[in-house]
Amino acid sequence: MSEIVKVGIADIDLVTPPDTIRTTGLGSCVGVIIFDDRKKIAGMAHVMLPDSSLIKSASMNIGKYADTAIEALYDMLIKKGAIAKNLKAKIAGGAQMFQFTSGSEMMRIGPRNVESVKHQLNQLNVPIITSDVGGSSGRTIEFDPESTRLTIKTVNAGTKVI
Amino acid sequence: MDFTKITPIHLDILREIGNIGAGHAATALSTMLNKAVDMKVPSVKIISFEEITEMVGGSENIVASVFLRIVGDAPGCMFFMLPIEQAEHLLGDLLGGQTVQLAEGEYSEMALSALQEVGNILSGSYLTSFSDFTGLNLQPSVPATSIDMAGAILSFGLFEISTVSDYAIVIDTAFTDMKKHDEVKGHFFLLPDPESFSKIFNALGVPMG
Repeated sequence: MSEIVKVGIADIDLVTPPDTIRTTGLGSCVGVIIFDDRKKIAGMAHVMLPDSSLIKSASMNIGKYADTAIEALYDMLIKKGAIAKNLKAKIAGGAQMFQFTSGSEMMRIGPRNVESVKHQLNQLNVPIITSDVGGSSGRTIEFDPESTRLTIKTVNAGTKVI
Repeated sequence: MDFTKITPIHLDILREIGNIGAGHAATALSTMLNKAVDMKVPSVKIISFEEITEMVGGSENIVASVFLRIVGDAPGCMFFMLPIEQAEHLLGDLLGGQTVQLAEGEYSEMALSALQEVGNILSGSYLTSFSDFTGLNLQPSVPATSIDMAGAILSFGLFEISTVSDYAIVIDTAFTDMKKHDEVKGHFFLLPDPESFSKIFNALGVPMG
């Protein structure tokens, strides 16, 4: 029996076949999947904010920020037996849910999350194979570590697989 | 933001803000629809981000929403959120009984514009009473609408608070139809920015510890 591993907001988790991993209701958050397609290990992070330097409190949830979440996900995968040079990434999310004429920086959070995620993956030498980012639709994504297919469901633009 | 400094009295104050604000909004809605609209006792909760989306039926649940930023003395975010069928009914009533379709991205400009206007009027009356009650200067931004997954929409209101905490204080007021009492018509969510709480409490003479 295969199960679906659920990843919440600002959460990180790993998956191996036959299970799949999923996160729901991605708006301007970005879902980052890093996988080793030979060892069949994958992990997902649901990133909320671009950069941990935005933090204003002492306690810190590393899953919330693009820089710390991706680093943590990377380390978790290596610890679980993934090989660094096999690692690849797929990303989805970073939408602009509401259009404002007077766009403050906070309102551009989606695009900023995407930029930060790309930067961080680049720092770790993890190539992004495909991505589905931007737009104005929320996304629910599910990744199958066996086939490495990422299924993306939206309300307004249907379902696709990348 | 230190949630431990928030006492039951503070929560009562927030509940009263929700009560007065949504009370005025319910009256406005009732006038617009020319029928009775009732509201539930507001709930004020300190909850995790996951739990917020559960309040509107789960992260993937499709809702019609109007979002606006509150600017001024106590900034924050406000959402008016309706289950999709309820939004169709509401807009149908407003547009003189025509059938309104909102699902599957087939909605008309007219319907979206009407939704935005409803949100504008309701959140305007909510905010005016909030401002009168506290004596704080509060103004709404131009509202924006979105019909999408609840999680995707609500997370947008969590960015300010998420830089300081994994929890948010949500003031939630649900509307019901007078006749079908269990049927929730919509939700008002008020999410003050972290630094706004002390301003609200100070304005009402109950500073935080």
